[in-house]
Amino acid sequence: MNVQAIREQFPILHQQINGHPLVYLDSAATSQKPRSVIDAVSRYYEMDNANVHRGVHTLGSRATDAYEGAREKVAQFLNAASPQEIIFTRGTTTALNLVASSYARSVCGEGDEIVITQMEHHSNFIPWQQVAKATGATLKFIPLEKDGSIKLENVEATITDRTKVVSVMYVSNVLGVINPIKEITAIAHRHGAIMVVDGAQSTPHMKVDVRDLDCDFYAFSGHKMCAPTGIGALYGKKALLEAMEPIEFGGEMIDHVDLYDSTWKELPWKFEGGTPIIAGAVGLGAAIDFLTEIGLDEIEKHEHKLASYAYERLSTIDGISIFGPKDNRAGLVTFNLDDVHPHDVATVLDTKGIAVRAGHHCCQPLMRYLNVSSTARASFYLYNTEEDVDRLVVGLQQTKEFFGHGIG
Amino acid sequence: MELDDLYRRVIMDHYKNPRNRGTLDEDSLTVNLNNPTCGDRITLQLQVEDGIVKQAKFTGEGCSISMSSASMMTEAVKGKTTAEALELAERFSAFIKGGEAEFEELEDIEALSGVSKFPARIKCATLSWNALRKGIEHQNQ
Repeated sequence: MNVQAIREQFPILHQQINGHPLVYLDSAATSQKPRSVIDAVSRYYEMDNANVHRGVHTLGSRATDAYEGAREKVAQFLNAASPQEIIFTRGTTTALNLVASSYARSVCGEGDEIVITQMEHHSNFIPWQQVAKATGATLKFIPLEKDGSIKLENVEATITDRTKVVSVMYVSNVLGVINPIKEITAIAHRHGAIMVVDGAQSTPHMKVDVRDLDCDFYAFSGHKMCAPTGIGALYGKKALLEAMEPIEFGGEMIDHVDLYDSTWKELPWKFEGGTPIIAGAVGLGAAIDFLTEIGLDEIEKHEHKLASYAYERLSTIDGISIFGPKDNRAGLVTFNLDDVHPHDVATVLDTKGIAVRAGHHCCQPLMRYLNVSSTARASFYLYNTEEDVDRLVVGLQQTKEFFGHGIG
Repeated sequence: MELDDLYRRVIMDHYKNPRNRGTLDEDSLTVNLNNPTCGDRITLQLQVEDGIVKQAKFTGEGCSISMSSASMMTEAVKGKTTAEALELAERFSAFIKGGEAEFEELEDIEALSGVSKFPARIKCATLSWNALRKGIEHQNQ
């Protein structure tokens, strides 16, 4: 994989921030966009813009083809059985909320259980909390190991025959841990529960095969994988999606309307009320082409190497704590420096042109588990290099120096 | 953007040696406030007698800017009437957004002027002042 050639395709990377070349280490929050995606969105608006599924005119057909073509790309990308199993959403949060509101609320009741973990992002935490509160189901947590990883024996001990839904993130946006989704899914199914996967941090970085995982639902966002913001998708097994009721009504999802009752279109449209995010879907399709051409295996290998290098280099800094497991880690490193608040770390790094995230990363329960109020995080993508890591290490040394002695 | 503009010596002094860190009696006016996006949080307690802020203390956790600002704020409001304290909070808000260059009442607060060049950090600096405003406005109701 030629990282320099890849970097050339990302216009945003070639600028100075506060007098230094930009080092972007916040891709877990949102990734940067390559020229091909930016161009695909512009081209759509310049040449093809029309509403989908309505017009009988040429632009209407082009827009519909582009939108449905993007759906086919997503289906192939995830190895879904059919494009009908792909619902376009605004992103991971909307997708998970759809499963919680439509599926879980109708199947859960008093005495049932919903199983999640304490490492979940708020998007895969609060919807289940709300379902539990509304239905009387019990929210249960798979216990975490000290380094944040999950042991299968603890999964076995948590999921029971009363469990209706298990929902776990594939890759943690804080710990970098890659969870054993396939194994957890098998345990969930043995108990008759359905498995939901938050794929926000896995889809951009590794090959995902929903049929191999055998999960029932899989949610992800486009903007973390080189596509525009505001587009994402929910994969769901056809039989489940068919049995579910829509939660948004109007526009494209309608089939027949009578005064007192109405019917819905077939899958996947019955879940896509209103005018969809057409340009976003076109951008997502272009992003999938871009990533597929490079190869997800290559991307994963590159990021794994970078993360190991970063873990090793950061470990040499005195007074640093690094969270999450050392091995089997995705492309991010979360850390704290003794006696320097993560916000102050992020501000100092910003003055050196280095963008990292500081805060609770939308994982307040996990912060409490780790016994910190917030952390700093450097997250990598296919355009990052070992030099970026070196710049981060120098920046952190300067931060320590600055807060140690050198004020004013 | 120079770091020394933001982290002046006086700010680091307040961060490392916060004034008025601690708690007052349970019956004091108490305000809990947090900054949900970053996890900073503060508990501010005020002892108000005859419309005058006799004591102000805080606990909480946060970055150097939020904690030093809280330290400075509690110093600044002691002895002021609640109306004066509210007015001070208003002026601080304008000052920290870069509106006013001077803050004569307490020269320490002037040291926070650099925050206006770091828009992402303005919320840190105003957390304790918002708690002050909320506390006094609540008491006035």
